Amino acid sequence: MANNTTNKELVVSALENGTVLDHIPADKVYKALDILNLKGVENQITIGINLSSRAQGKKGIIKIADKFFEDEELNKLALIAPKATVNVIRNFEVVEKKTLTMPEEIVGIAKCMNPKCITNHQPIKTRFTTIDNGNEISLLCHYCEKISDTRGIL
Amino acid sequence: MGKKSLISIGDFSKEEILHVLETAREFEQNKEQKFLEGKVIASLFFEPSTRTRLSFETAINRLGAKVIGFSDASNTSQSKGETLKDTIKMVSNYVDMIVMRHPLEGSSRYASEVASVPVVNAGDGANQHPSQTLLDLYSIMQTQGRLDSLTINMVGDLKYGRTTHSLLQAMSHFNPKFIFTSPEELKMPKEYKTFLDSKGIAYEETTSLEDHLNDCDILYMTRVQQERFTDPMEYERVKDVYRLSASMLTDVKENMKILHPLPRITEIDQDVDDTPYAYYFKQAENGLYVRMAIISYLLGYR
Repeated sequence: MANNTTNKELVVSALENGTVLDHIPADKVYKALDILNLKGVENQITIGINLSSRAQGKKGIIKIADKFFEDEELNKLALIAPKATVNVIRNFEVVEKKTLTMPEEIVGIAKCMNPKCITNHQPIKTRFTTIDNGNEISLLCHYCEKISDTRGIL
Repeated sequence: MGKKSLISIGDFSKEEILHVLETAREFEQNKEQKFLEGKVIASLFFEPSTRTRLSFETAINRLGAKVIGFSDASNTSQSKGETLKDTIKMVSNYVDMIVMRHPLEGSSRYASEVASVPVVNAGDGANQHPSQTLLDLYSIMQTQGRLDSLTINMVGDLKYGRTTHSLLQAMSHFNPKFIFTSPEELKMPKEYKTFLDSKGIAYEETTSLEDHLNDCDILYMTRVQQERFTDPMEYERVKDVYRLSASMLTDVKENMKILHPLPRITEIDQDVDDTPYAYYFKQAENGLYVRMAIISYLLGYR
């Protein structure tokens, strides 16, 4: 066990204060950065992609120094990384662990797949209700009332 | 009352639906009720539509209000690139209500969010056309004397036909039984069948028009729309699958009525028009009373 912890620290360096997003699917790390608006911020960010994970095979991890998120913001990640975990770090200690809850409505981060939807023709913020079918999430467009899948995210 | 719009049939509760149908009946008995004198209503047709536009504009006139608007977007600022938002904002400064049709889906919902006055959706692409649904319900109520526990046989293009989808949603309040008669290519989409399952409503699917002619109360015919097909061969193959003629109606239920949102092409022979089962022309007329009722309700007068 102690050995395992040491290994992890070798792969990704420890954080003094901030947020660690773990168990992100390896191919969704960049999307996660987009969804959390982390592009261009001043914080120190460590990104790991294709790290080995017992549960997922390969996973991604994002460590953001000196940044703490509102649950509402984090829950948007549930669309692309429902199994992601969030560790809040203060003074090198994990002070809180969170899992994500699927938001009922998502605004502005997905694109409607219906080419005839008004949101694809006019500068309108998209709005969807999430529908959880058990193994996948689909999105019901508030405007055209058609169902999109999550490929349309960003 | 706050601003209420009618964009999708789901915006009205069962009680509101029944209220509008009841009001429509009053208007059918007395068409001259000019209690909207002094009001101005915009009729914005970004896409041409003769039947719906004339019906709405007649309804507005019969209620004593004035109409402004256009029947074709080509000579408006939209053609100069004005956004829908700006057009709607500008128009809602002038009028008490907006009736609109637009080729893009979701446009009316969006307009209702930017407008300061109620918006009535007169069709947004292949999405919703709630006044059609309400006039269908009114026609069913008038011919059957009730909405509850009826067998509705929907025929034709059940895949793309928005009228059948909205009617299905609206009728789900009234314990119906559905028959879906369509070619394989144009079957009722899964999401609507899942919806019926969740409400415990029975339905049967068939490809043969003869199967359920004699046990339905309403035969809801639809046109197979050429513009929905990318493959012209597929259209040719299915377009004449269902042709109803008078000779097929010998053993139907006495109370059975044939509805059709119109325009019809070949799916109902002219000889059906003279049978007691044809109701589609009266159905179109009913659109007037139902639209008068919708406008009065949304403006808080009925």
